[in-house]
Amino acid sequence: MSETARPVVRSFAHLSDEAVVALLARSDESALAELYDRFGRVAYGLALRILRDDKLAEDAVQEGFLTAWRNADRFMPERGKASTWLLTLVHRRAVDLVRREDRRRAEPLSETAEPEASVSAEDDAWLRFERERVQSALKQLPDQQREALELAYYGGFSQTELAERLGQPVGTIKSRMFTGLARLRELLAEPGNGEAAWKPTPYTT
Amino acid sequence: MEANALHDLTAAYALDALDPEDARAYEAHLARCERCREELAELSDAAGALAYGTEAPVPPPELRARILQEAARERPNVVPLRPRWAKPVAAIAAVAACTAIGLGIWAATLSSQLDRSESRLARQERVAQILGQPGSRTISFARGTLVVAPNGEAALVLRNLAPAGNGRTYEAWIAAEGAPEPAGLFEGGGAVAIPLDRPVPEGATVMVTKEPAGGRTSPSSQPFAIVRNAAQS
Repeated sequence: MSETARPVVRSFAHLSDEAVVALLARSDESALAELYDRFGRVAYGLALRILRDDKLAEDAVQEGFLTAWRNADRFMPERGKASTWLLTLVHRRAVDLVRREDRRRAEPLSETAEPEASVSAEDDAWLRFERERVQSALKQLPDQQREALELAYYGGFSQTELAERLGQPVGTIKSRMFTGLARLRELLAEPGNGEAAWKPTPYTT
Repeated sequence: MEANALHDLTAAYALDALDPEDARAYEAHLARCERCREELAELSDAAGALAYGTEAPVPPPELRARILQEAARERPNVVPLRPRWAKPVAAIAAVAACTAIGLGIWAATLSSQLDRSESRLARQERVAQILGQPGSRTISFARGTLVVAPNGEAALVLRNLAPAGNGRTYEAWIAAEGAPEPAGLFEGGGAVAIPLDRPVPEGATVMVTKEPAGGRTSPSSQPFAIVRNAAQS
């Protein structure tokens, strides 16, 4: 299937993420392939960070994308970007799984997976750029806010669990999350942090 | 939960850091609070950016093939109401209305009484889809009709429902084996046709109560409408 999908995918390069989701709502399988090619790798990295297990991470990505496939008609552009919508579906699934498996950890992965030969250099470069951008924004947050965001988002802890684990009232955790996330948003929007509106990388083989 | 407390949950919701009960209460609140919807859109984009903050190893190539295969397998189940732009809203509403007339329901209400703060089109489509599914069963009761599709998806149609009133909402519930589970909020003021948020298994009971705005996670008053999805014999 991947052999036949590639040439079709090429014709999507000029479309915005939102336009691809609109095609997804028409049950267009090549739109799903395109969406996977744009976000599959980030989604997998995220799921792996949360779940620390490749099989579970694959499950989370698969279920996230299939949820998008089934419910693309409910995507509302006025409520946020298509990429956010999709990554939220994967994140939610990964968090469900980690809470069930109780194998949460928020530490960075120690071993780096070996890159495979088939990956395009553009993808690699862009993802590295994005990672540095987000990490440098995170580093500018006060430690407690950063800790709350990382444990919640990458660790899959609920605010109640975080309050217990950190020995703080839930209200304190809530406000650290809020202030941290709002500040993160500002930092990411600052020109110094490279928020040059991202265009999907066109496929160049 | 108080509305003020619900406003404060936006960041935690964007991070998927709410316990399931709080998440449901927040979602119900979201349908009614424009400020929270705007704030959530902004904070969610920031939370989504966190996805890029971690190592992104290349997933195994089989994963892509598996997802596409599974999607293709599910495809025949997708209801052919699309493409949306080729079928005007009026046409979709008309499909729902025709079916509704068959059920003895005043047609115009389908398009006029849906909750304004939710995506009306999405709700209409879902109701139309449930009403139109082959093999859907209709169960009439004193206040209206329950329609259950073979896969358990259900819509509730109520006649002449007084407005819920200031600071109040109607909430549907589904009780299968355990405690009643929330199944959707709606406003009255005429006839009402809403899709239920969760499937209705055979033998389950669907109820409606009046609750404080934003809804609750368990009913706080006596239900005024009760209908049972009796097992088919």
